[in-house]
Amino acid sequence: MTLNTLRAVLFLVFSVTIANSGFAAQEDDNEDNGFNATEMIMHHVKDAHEFHIVDWDNKPISIPLPIILFTDNGLVTFMSSEFNHDDSGSQIVEKNGERFVKYHEKIYQLGSGVDALAFDEEEHPTNATLPLNFSITKNVFMMWVSVLVLFLIFISAARKYDKSTNFIPRGIASFTEPLVIFIRDEVAIPMIGEKKYRKFMPFLLSVFFFIWINNIFGLIPILNGANVSGNIAFTLTLALFTFFITMFSGNKNYWKHIFWMPGVPVPMKIFLAPIEIIGMFVKPFSLTIRLFANITAGHIIILSLMSLIFTFQSIAIAPVSVGFSLFILIIEIVVVAIQAYIFTVLSALYIGMATAEEDNH
Amino acid sequence: MTITGIAALGAGMAVIGAAIGIGKIGESAMNAMARQPEIQGKLQTSALILAAFVEAVALFGVVAAIIVS
Repeated sequence: MTLNTLRAVLFLVFSVTIANSGFAAQEDDNEDNGFNATEMIMHHVKDAHEFHIVDWDNKPISIPLPIILFTDNGLVTFMSSEFNHDDSGSQIVEKNGERFVKYHEKIYQLGSGVDALAFDEEEHPTNATLPLNFSITKNVFMMWVSVLVLFLIFISAARKYDKSTNFIPRGIASFTEPLVIFIRDEVAIPMIGEKKYRKFMPFLLSVFFFIWINNIFGLIPILNGANVSGNIAFTLTLALFTFFITMFSGNKNYWKHIFWMPGVPVPMKIFLAPIEIIGMFVKPFSLTIRLFANITAGHIIILSLMSLIFTFQSIAIAPVSVGFSLFILIIEIVVVAIQAYIFTVLSALYIGMATAEEDNH
Repeated sequence: MTITGIAALGAGMAVIGAAIGIGKIGESAMNAMARQPEIQGKLQTSALILAAFVEAVALFGVVAAIIVS
């Protein structure tokens, strides 16, 4: 790709971003001055049951996604378009004699003889139950898309090596090889060690590329910025992978350092063991929060800058807020790569701590 | 002051700490680069990683503020 095409693509991406954030902000601005920035931002950061692209002539244009519920009477499936874009719990969908409403992107099952949701003081519905929800939501869908993209990239890269006779990377492989080598030479070998790093390379590479590609998809606004890596369930799952790999690959030496630290007086050992045990669980927790907070904060900052225009109700603010969101977006492109890298480095570090041989320190 | 206001104040205070931290990282990274320009690349990466660590602490504060408000 020449520099000019790259520049054109970047320009396109940015202008679409700006336009889309603008439209997206506009949709909540129907009532005069009734613009609620917090509501708009939260709506964009949270998971949803449909792909809401834009409001055109006050009609929402969106892609419906399947809803899969597991109620007391078994499986119930329907498309989210049956809710008619309603998120306030007034549109009732009836399936298999059970009635469902959607309120704040949660699907509630109404009890018998109830026609509307009733709320307690904290706006939690009191007369409806939450069925088990296995829906293909926006985040799940985007996650599958990124898995598919990763498969396409790496299978075609692997094919390139199969065909070549001299192992010189060509095509897509010349893009992936430096990254793989980077993870091997800068992350895996220094953190885990020359002898044992090979076993953990698949995990580290998968985590790195999966987080990175999800972060990048989160920045593309036409997909409505499905905030996959800014979802705490997603980051927690990834952190738990690291946690369990650390647990199961930990050697005798590692456990000894946690429960009965060598070379420390006995009262100190009793004092240190609980700290080490807590530290064991704090590590995956901090991995979770770090990725979640960084990505979500990036989205929130861009959206808040955009919503400045609608808060001030003035076109004079527009250049400032567009300029600033452009600036933040460029920083975000760096941040998404760094966050993927940091998650990988820390995973490698924790694994390295668990597998380290006994040394004299 | 409402609970949202206090939460916003707390988020702001968390950011002050991170700003000091990132400032110090930048300062020492620049110093080190001036002394040893040949390892500039390595310094840059480690400075960025450290900045990300410090930033994460500020973001913990921001997340706590969002949850409370």
